[in-house]
Amino acid sequence: MVSPVDPVTLAILKGRLEQIADEMDATLFRSAFNPIIAEAHDACHGLYDALTGDTLVQGTKGLPVFVAAMAFSVKAVIDKIAEHGGLAEGDTFLFNDPYAGGTHLNDMRLVRPVFRDGRLFCWLASVGHWLDLGGNVPGGYNPKATESFQEAMRIPPVKLIAAGVLRQDIVDILAANSRVPVSNRGDLAGQLNALDLGERRFAALLDEMGDATVAAAFVAYSNRAERLMRAAITDLPDGHYSFDDVLDNDGIDDVLIDICLDLTIADDRMTLDFSRSSKPVQGPVNISTATTISGCYVALKHLFTEVPANAGCLRPISFVIPETTLLAATAPRPTAGYTETILRLIGVIFGAIAKAAPARALAGPFGTINALSIAGLGTSGPRWVMFSFFGGGLGASPQGDGLSHANNPISTATIPPVEILEAMYPVMFTQWALRPNSAGVGQYRGGLGAIYEIEMLEDATMSLLGERGKRAPFGIAGGGPAGLNRFAWTTADGWKSPDMISKVTDVKLERGARLRLETPGGGGFGEAARRNPDAIARDIRLGYTA
Amino acid sequence: MTGAILVGVDVGGTFTDLFFVDTATGQFRTGKVPSNRGDEAVGFIDGLQGFGPVSQLAAIVHGTTVGTNALLERKGARVGIITTAGFRDVLEMRRRDRPHTWGLTGAFAPVVDRDFRLEVPERTLADGSVHTPVDPAAVREAAIALRDAGAEALAIVFVNSYANAANEHAALEVARAVWPNAHVACSADILPEIREFERMSTTALNAYLQPVVGSYLSKLETALGEAGFDGRFHIVQSNGGVMSTAAAGSFPVRTALSGPAAGVIAAAAIARVAGFADVITGDLGGTSFDVSLVVGGRTQLAAQTTIDFGLVIRSPMIEITTIGAGGGSIASVDVGGLLQVGPESAGSRPGPVAYGQGNTRPTLTDANIVLGRINANRPIGGKLARLDTDAALLAIEAHVATPLGIGVMQAAEAIVRVADARMAGAIRLVSIERGHDPAKFAAVPFGGGGALHVGALIRDVGLKAALVPRYPGVTSALGCVIADVRHDQVRTLNVTLDHMDIAALAAMMHAEARAARDVVESAGLVLDSIADSFALDMHYVGQTHTIAVPIDLDLAGVDLDHARVREAFERAYLASFSRLLPGLSMRIVNLRTTSIGTRPFFDLAALAPDATASLAHAAQGHRPVWFAGAWHDTAIYARLDLPVGAEIAGPAILEQPDATTVIDPGHQARVDAWGNVIVTVAGP
Repeated sequence: MVSPVDPVTLAILKGRLEQIADEMDATLFRSAFNPIIAEAHDACHGLYDALTGDTLVQGTKGLPVFVAAMAFSVKAVIDKIAEHGGLAEGDTFLFNDPYAGGTHLNDMRLVRPVFRDGRLFCWLASVGHWLDLGGNVPGGYNPKATESFQEAMRIPPVKLIAAGVLRQDIVDILAANSRVPVSNRGDLAGQLNALDLGERRFAALLDEMGDATVAAAFVAYSNRAERLMRAAITDLPDGHYSFDDVLDNDGIDDVLIDICLDLTIADDRMTLDFSRSSKPVQGPVNISTATTISGCYVALKHLFTEVPANAGCLRPISFVIPETTLLAATAPRPTAGYTETILRLIGVIFGAIAKAAPARALAGPFGTINALSIAGLGTSGPRWVMFSFFGGGLGASPQGDGLSHANNPISTATIPPVEILEAMYPVMFTQWALRPNSAGVGQYRGGLGAIYEIEMLEDATMSLLGERGKRAPFGIAGGGPAGLNRFAWTTADGWKSPDMISKVTDVKLERGARLRLETPGGGGFGEAARRNPDAIARDIRLGYTA
Repeated sequence: MTGAILVGVDVGGTFTDLFFVDTATGQFRTGKVPSNRGDEAVGFIDGLQGFGPVSQLAAIVHGTTVGTNALLERKGARVGIITTAGFRDVLEMRRRDRPHTWGLTGAFAPVVDRDFRLEVPERTLADGSVHTPVDPAAVREAAIALRDAGAEALAIVFVNSYANAANEHAALEVARAVWPNAHVACSADILPEIREFERMSTTALNAYLQPVVGSYLSKLETALGEAGFDGRFHIVQSNGGVMSTAAAGSFPVRTALSGPAAGVIAAAAIARVAGFADVITGDLGGTSFDVSLVVGGRTQLAAQTTIDFGLVIRSPMIEITTIGAGGGSIASVDVGGLLQVGPESAGSRPGPVAYGQGNTRPTLTDANIVLGRINANRPIGGKLARLDTDAALLAIEAHVATPLGIGVMQAAEAIVRVADARMAGAIRLVSIERGHDPAKFAAVPFGGGGALHVGALIRDVGLKAALVPRYPGVTSALGCVIADVRHDQVRTLNVTLDHMDIAALAAMMHAEARAARDVVESAGLVLDSIADSFALDMHYVGQTHTIAVPIDLDLAGVDLDHARVREAFERAYLASFSRLLPGLSMRIVNLRTTSIGTRPFFDLAALAPDATASLAHAAQGHRPVWFAGAWHDTAIYARLDLPVGAEIAGPAILEQPDATTVIDPGHQARVDAWGNVIVTVAGP
C-alpha cells in the first residue's frame, strides 16, 4: 500500500517524468540515421510497469500508435523472463516480433530493466522503425508477402546487452541481414543513446524524489486517466452503434476486406466488438491483437483529447477481437501493411462515435500511408533505399473544414523535406502540390490530398503499399466522400497503374522514368447545400475545387 | 564619445516606455506615454521630447511589437511568391503536420494565398548543378502579374537554392526591374539553409512584414529627423541583440519578438546582478503575458520559432511563450456560465472602462481598480487625471456579477483570480512542464501590470520569490539600452569532412566573420569589443539532424585542420549522446557565424535609491484594499522613496509612476541594494 502524494508534487513529477520520455524521443530523433525515425518520428519511448508492462509515462513526440502497443512489447519480455528466468541488472533486450509486441517487423524494440537496490522497479523501452531487415522488398513493405518470412527476419526477445556487456554476435547477425547495415547500426546506437539517457535521468529523479513517492505517483496517474475516461463515456448516450468500412484488397487477391465495428455504450463502460470483420487474409494487412487494441486507443484519444495517455484509460473499455478475424493475427501471417488496417479500424470508431455523439464527430481521414520504397544498386555510390510515407487530407468536423496535407491519425510524423531527400538519394521531385477536387464536399469540406511526382536520376526498383483506391474516405452527417488514391508510373508504353490498385512491387524504373502518387483528401461534414457561398467562391478562386 | 545620450524606447500595444541614460555621467530618467496604435510615431516623439530636445540624443534603440502584431493579427502585406514549377504549394503543405498530437480538428491558411503563388520553369539539383536555367521571360511575366494583382512584396524561393543561388539571383534581377518598390527578396539572401518549407516560410513571412515594418521605421525616421535628431537609430532583434534600421528593413522577420526580447534581456541582467540566476520573466502588458525562462543567467535561444500553427520562422530567437491575458483583457461570462478573461482585449484604445474612452466591458485593470489595488487618483502613463472607479464598478456589476449571481466585489476578485490562474499556467508551461522545479526559480514580473500579480505567481506556482525591478514598467526600454549588438548568419555547405577543403573553410569563416562584423560595426554604436563565434552543424553521413560544433578560428591565422574539426565534433557529439560511431565519415552541413558587439557596461547600481530615501518619507498612509473576500486596511508606500534594506509586511501597496506592486497578506517585501523589491512568503 502506498501513501497518497500531494497534488503539487504530482503536478511537478508528471512534468519531470514526461520530460525524461521526451528527452529520450529527442535523443533518438537527433541521432538516428534513417529519416523514418529522424524526420518522421516513427519511434517511441517510455516507462512501463515492472509486473504488467502497462504504460506509466510516454513521450509526447513519439508515434501515437506505439502508446498502447509498447505495453505489449514490454509484456513480451516479462513473459520471456517468467519462462526462462535470468534477468540481470544491465540487461537490454532486443526484438521485433509483431505477434508478441504488436505492429510490424520493421519496428525494433529495445527493453531495459530499471533496478533499485537489487530489485526490478520498472522498465524503460525504445522502439524505432528500421529501414530494412531483409525480406523480398527493400524497406519491408512487401505487398505480395504471404508469410512473415518474405517481409523481414523475425527476432524474438533476446539479450542484446547481458549485464552491461554488448553481444557483438547479435549486432553482426543484424548487420548481415540488412540491405543498409550502416543505417541500422546508427539507429541501434541512437536507441541505446536514448535508453542510456533515460536511465541516467530517471535514476537521478528517483534519488531526489524517493522511490516510494514516484511509485505512488504512477498509481495516481493511471487512476486519474481511468476516472476521466469513465466520465467521458458516461456523457455518451447508452446504446449500440455500428459502422463498417473496407480495405481494397490484401495485395494477393483483389477482393474487398471488411472491417466492422459494433460499439456499445453502457453507463461508464464501452465495448468494441469487431466480430463481423473478415477472416485472416493471405497478404500483409493482418494485425495482431496488440495492434488492434493500440489502434482503438489512438481513435479514442483523438475523440476524447482530455484523457491523459497511460494504461488507466483502457480499463473501462472491453474488446471483442475473435481469432477468426484478421485483427488477431498469429505467426506467420504477414503484417507489414498493419498501418492500413489500423487506419480503417480508427475510421470505423470515428464513424460509430459520430452516431453516438455528433458534437465529437470527425469525418474519415485520408486513411492510407502509401509506403513507397525506391531502391537502387548505386551506380555512383553504395546501395540505397529511399522509403517514405505520404500525406493527405483530414476529415471535416462540426468545427470546420479538414486540414489539407496532414499526417495520419496514427502518427505525428512530419514529411522529410524534398531538399533532404534529393540530397540523400538520386531522385528529383517534379511536383509537390495540393490535389484539387480530392476533398469530400459538405457544409465543411475535408482537407485536400496531395500530388507527388518523382523522376529517377538513376535506375531503380520501386514498391508501393497503399490503400483507398476503391472506397474513398467517408463523409458524415450528409457530407460527401473524398477522392480515391491513385498511383502510376511511366513505361515505354506510357503511364501504367498497379493491377492491385495501390499495391505493387518490384517495378523496374529506368533513369528518367517518373512515378506519380495522388492521395485522398478527407471526408466532408454536413450537407454541401449548407456551405457558405463565400467559402465556395474562395475554393474555386484558389483552385481547391474546379 | 563623451556625454553620449542614449534612449531605449519600447513601443507596446498600450504604452510607449522610455529609458534615458547619459553614458558619461551614468544619470538616467524614465518615461511612459500612451501608444498611438496605427501612428506610433506620435507617442514615440512625445516620449522623447519629455527628456528635452531630441537633437541632443546620440542614439535611440527601439524594441517594437509592430512585426509581432502584424503576424498574430494576420495584418501583414499582400505578398506574391515566385517559385520552382511544381512547388507553389510548399508553403501551404508545410511539413505535413497537424496542430495537435491528439484531436484532428483545426485548419490552416497560409499568409500567401494560392493564387498569389506562381511557378516558373527552373531547377537546381541538390549538388548545386543547374538542371534547368531560369526562364527570365516567365519570371518577368509572373512578377508583372503579381504586381498588377496588388502584391506589395515579392518573395522568390527556388528548390535547392541553398546549394546554388544562381537561378534565384537571376530571377531577382529580372523581378527588380519590374517591381515598383524595394520589397523584393530571394530565399538564399534571407536564409541560405537546406529545407525548402522552413526557407519558404521564413522568406514569405519576411516579405509579409517588410512593407509594414519598413513604412513604420521610415515614418519614425522622418518624424525623428523633423524633430532634429541626427544620431543613430536601432532596433532590437528577436535574438536579444541590436541591429541597424537598415538591417531591420531587409530582415524584418528578425524583429518578430523584438520588444519582448528586450524585456527578457533586461530582466535577466537585473536578476543576475541581484543574485538570482534562475528566473522566469513575466511581462504583463495591455494585451498579453509573455513568459521566458532564464537558467544560470542565460536566456534560452531557439533556432526556430512557430509563431502560430504553420507560421515558421527559422532564425535564432529568445524562447518566449505568450498568452492572451493583459490589463486590457476583457472579462465576460460565456454561454456555459463560465467566467473568461481574455483573449479579447480593449487594448490602449478604448482601454479599460475606467479610462472613460468609450469601452463599456470590464477589463482586468478595471477589476484591479475596483479592488483598490490600483490607485484611481494616480493613473500610470500620466495622460489621465484620474480613473473612473464608478464606471468600472458598474461594468463589472452588469457583465460579471449579475450573470454569475454574485456580489460586485466577489466578481472583481474572481476576474483577478481567473487572470492569475492563466498567468500561473503559462509559467508552469515553461517550468514544471519542462521538468524545472519552480521552487528554485524567482519570478521577475515586469511591464505595466506584472507586479500587481506577484502574490499569485508565488502562491499558485510555488516559486521561491519574486523580484520586482526598480522600474518594472520600463524594463524593455532598459533592455534596449543594455542589449549587445548582434548579427547571426548561416550558410549551408553539405560536404563530408573528408572532402572538405579546410583552407577554403577557414577562408569562408574569415569572410563570414568579416561580413557579420561589418553589420555589427555599421550599427555605429559605442562598443567595448566585438567577438565572432562559429559553429558547424555536423553529423555522421546518413543522419539528418545535426549537432552544433563550436569551432575556434584564431583570426590571426592559426591553421584549422581536419583533425581539429573531427575532435571538436566528437567532443560535441559525446556531450549529447553516449556513444560515437567510429569508422563512419562526417558531414559539415552548415556554417553558423555570430558576431556580438558588447556595449559599454551600464552599472545597474545607478538605479538604486539614494541616501535621502527613508521609510518615513515613503509612507503614504493607508487605504482599504480587497484581498481574499474582505477589505483590508493596507499601507501605501511611494516605492521609489523606499530606502535600501527596507522591509515591509503585507498587505501593502507600493506605488510608482509606471507600475504598482501588490504585497499580499502573508507575504513580505525587502528592498535590495539595486532598488529591486524582493517578495517572499513571510517567515513563521
